[in-house]
Amino acid sequence: MIGGFGLAGQPTELIDALLEQGARDLVIVNNNAGNGETGLAALLKAGRVRKIICSFPRQADSQVFDALYRAGKIELELVPQGNLAERIRAAGAGIGGFYTPTAVGTPLAEGKEVRHIDGRDYILEYPLHADYALIKASRADRWGNLVYRKTARNFGPIMATASRVAVAQVDDIVELGELDPEAIVTPGLFVQRVVAVGAR
Amino acid sequence: MNRLNRDQMAARVARDIPEGSVVNLGIGLPTKVANYLPPDREIMLHSENGVIGMGPAPAPGAEDPDLINAGKQPVTLLPGGAYFHHADSFAMMRGGHLDICVLGAFQVSRHGDLANWHTGDADAIPAVGGAMDLAIGAKSVYVLMELLTREGQSKLVDRCTYPLTGVACVSRLYTDLAVFDLKDGRIFLREDLAGVGIAELQRLIGVDLAAGSAD
Repeated sequence: MIGGFGLAGQPTELIDALLEQGARDLVIVNNNAGNGETGLAALLKAGRVRKIICSFPRQADSQVFDALYRAGKIELELVPQGNLAERIRAAGAGIGGFYTPTAVGTPLAEGKEVRHIDGRDYILEYPLHADYALIKASRADRWGNLVYRKTARNFGPIMATASRVAVAQVDDIVELGELDPEAIVTPGLFVQRVVAVGAR
Repeated sequence: MNRLNRDQMAARVARDIPEGSVVNLGIGLPTKVANYLPPDREIMLHSENGVIGMGPAPAPGAEDPDLINAGKQPVTLLPGGAYFHHADSFAMMRGGHLDICVLGAFQVSRHGDLANWHTGDADAIPAVGGAMDLAIGAKSVYVLMELLTREGQSKLVDRCTYPLTGVACVSRLYTDLAVFDLKDGRIFLREDLAGVGIAELQRLIGVDLAAGSAD
């Protein structure tokens, strides 16, 4: 899983490190499918990604994904954004599946169980787990407590909960007790690694 | 025929948004509605990437890459605004906590079915984003679009031919020619904006049209 909505919250340095590290045949969960030529787009371009699970691949600057998709070189699982978020949340919360009204009666519900509950149709969706989550936050401490910045929060908090190893890149790491406990968004037990990359 | 231009269409929607509403404006033309919200009304704008209480676009040079809307444009936050993660943001939508959302569309059917995410072309790369969540989640779903395609085909139809975004979810349609209410499979001409007349509108749409609103 890679956090971010467009460029806000994209853990660029961690993606660059993943590129350098060399892992291939990856399945990526992200809202988008890469913007421009850097970050996730660079990972795609290097041929490291087998499949992408996302809600909004096509954008003005998604040329890298577009070319791979048209050439049949990448698999796409398209998930409505709220179902994507809830599948990630469910994974982190230990939920085995849930019924959602989103996508009922549309092509994205094809093949999914429909349940009529209290006068309304819902479809069954399953949780989405990850081996690793790469996310970006604003500040962290040694225990992995995280605070975010503005709309860069987006998928970070839920992806941290849904992965076996959550790695957060942050502007800086502060001493224990320096983060206001009332303002911590992701409690440290969801985070296994923090990496200070400095403010940009 | 005195069609409204796109700014006038956005302004027409803005006039109908009541004081105190929580509103989500879709990407594209609906985003323009924000420019015409009456300044004497307190209206809270929600964007699905995780913000409520959005303000106007920042001054040039004051953009913050961490503060954007769902269209990935830089925005500002008003006093009282808040940030939240994606699962909370979509709980607000799916859970029926938004009063109004305004969406663009390829087609709307008389039953209120909405098609706005995919043309169905074999070569098109599908992208859905939050459209399906908005369509089924807000208390009132309004569509803002031109009534006719460039070829003169009505986009208000008996049955959508494009892949659906949501079923029976649209209750009102604002166009460059008229405002329509949709209820129980019937189309009501709420307001003839361009002075076209009900007979001509009915001819353009090709689906039965009743006078008056569905209120």
